[in-house]
Amino acid sequence: MIVVEGLTKNYGSTNAVRDLSFTVNRGEVIGFLGPNGAGKSTVMRILCGYLPADAGEVQIAGFNIFSESLKARSRIGYLPENVPLYPEMRVGEYLSYRAALKGVRPRLVAEKVVDALDLCGLQHVRGQLIGTLSKGYRQRVGLADALVNEPDILILDEPTIGLDPNQIREVRELVRGLATRHTILLSSHILSEVEMTCTRVLILNKGKIIATGTPAELRMRSANLLAGSIRMEARVPDSATALQEIHSLPDVASVSLLDGGGEWSSFEIHSTGGDPRPVLFEEAVRRGWKLRELSARESTLEEIFTELVKAPSSAPTPSPRENVL
Amino acid sequence: MRVFVALWKREVTSAFYTPMAWVILFFLLLVTGFNFYAGVTVLNHGPTEVTVVESFFNTIFFWFAFLLLFPLLTMRLFSEEYRSGTIEPLMTAPVRDSQVVLAKFFGVLFLYAVIWLPTSLYFLIFWWQTHLYAAGAVGAFLGSYLLLLMMGMFYLSLGCLCSSLSRHQMTAAVMTFAVISLFFLTGLLSFLSGGVGALMQGITITFSPIDQMTQFSRGIFDTRPVVWYLVMTSLCLFLTLHSFQARRWRS
Repeated sequence: MIVVEGLTKNYGSTNAVRDLSFTVNRGEVIGFLGPNGAGKSTVMRILCGYLPADAGEVQIAGFNIFSESLKARSRIGYLPENVPLYPEMRVGEYLSYRAALKGVRPRLVAEKVVDALDLCGLQHVRGQLIGTLSKGYRQRVGLADALVNEPDILILDEPTIGLDPNQIREVRELVRGLATRHTILLSSHILSEVEMTCTRVLILNKGKIIATGTPAELRMRSANLLAGSIRMEARVPDSATALQEIHSLPDVASVSLLDGGGEWSSFEIHSTGGDPRPVLFEEAVRRGWKLRELSARESTLEEIFTELVKAPSSAPTPSPRENVL
Repeated sequence: MRVFVALWKREVTSAFYTPMAWVILFFLLLVTGFNFYAGVTVLNHGPTEVTVVESFFNTIFFWFAFLLLFPLLTMRLFSEEYRSGTIEPLMTAPVRDSQVVLAKFFGVLFLYAVIWLPTSLYFLIFWWQTHLYAAGAVGAFLGSYLLLLMMGMFYLSLGCLCSSLSRHQMTAAVMTFAVISLFFLTGLLSFLSGGVGALMQGITITFSPIDQMTQFSRGIFDTRPVVWYLVMTSLCLFLTLHSFQARRWRS
């Protein structure tokens, strides 16, 4: 549905996007993840034909966004960041206007507007001035606008920014519901959200994709990246000697004492690759340590993200940050 | 065409949803009403050489209100869309840049026409009360309003151009006012040069709205200003389209 090839965009001397390539297939829900200023909004604006790229190709549903802009744009529903709307218009009126702009046939406009209003839960505010709506409702109006002509592709820039937790859940459910009919590309810097809604994640930093994969794949990769951190809490006679003993075990790369002051000592253990938990358990039994905790932490997308983003992008070792897919 | 109509309709309705159009309409009618009153008062003092229509369209009150109108009407056109960010949903919809520019121009032109329309009531009231025509012939009415429309097209398109150049309404308004004043004042050069030669007169008649209005409000039709305004309007709209398209490369 979306093919991006070698996309580059500079703002003056700043590289906003550098040689970006990716493909989005029909029916996918792609999460665009990155810290502020990573280039997410820039990429989305280029995909929607709002900004020209300095280099590279973008195909939307088979149409080039530069040379066949109108055809490509009519296939996209776009929700810009912060949802700019005309405050003096009424909700229903605005949606009718947008439907007409997007080429919905005049006799279908009313029907499509009602559909969009229903889908976004806006039926009871359709006569209200947009300027008087709360942030959550404005966001829904933006979504309804993106949906009104039933485009193949939805591009949503930070759809849940500035919403309260309830509204976030509502929008998330809405997006998930839409995924059955549309190909969706959404950006966010809230990771849990992306983890819950997206089938695939692209992590962007400084205008480059630094990782891609399903949330599960990324989590697995991070197990290597973070070298499987294991937490052990036990009652040991002397924490310093225990530290030595644990370190000498196979599969243990490093071990550090988190808290050794009290009755219980807790250790953080990094493995060399394998799972050292059985060995640790046997060791504890052999030495008569009482175990209270022995757990491997599954890293969240949050940690993968921080780990990937803080790693310098110009690092010479390409292996861990190279694209998975 | 459907897209153009949708855009145009939004331009026009939005202007009337906000107080802006109503406030402009109110104050314009206040000033022109006074202007009309003054014209009639002059008649009461004895015979004059000019008709009511001529005196109406050739006073300082009329010209002052006329010139102030353009920055006020056009400053928001593009600037507001840039500033509030609504340009983004607008231009990511499948609409052509030219459709947007033309819809904005014809929208504000319609507004301008609507704002001047009530002034014709003055002449109707005059006729109803005195059973006399306010002008010597029908051509004087038509001429005055035609010139009003022609000048309006040119100055509104200049306003569109200025608005498309800036995110700030005030900047757009100041630019519009300055450029329009320049064109307007160029027409006054004939007053400065004293004994006017034929060439100078030929040049100033093209530029000088005051000279043109003196003629048109007498019912004398001259094609030169009409052609001049149509050409200049097209030029300004063409430049507006390009400045509007250039926003992409500026960001």
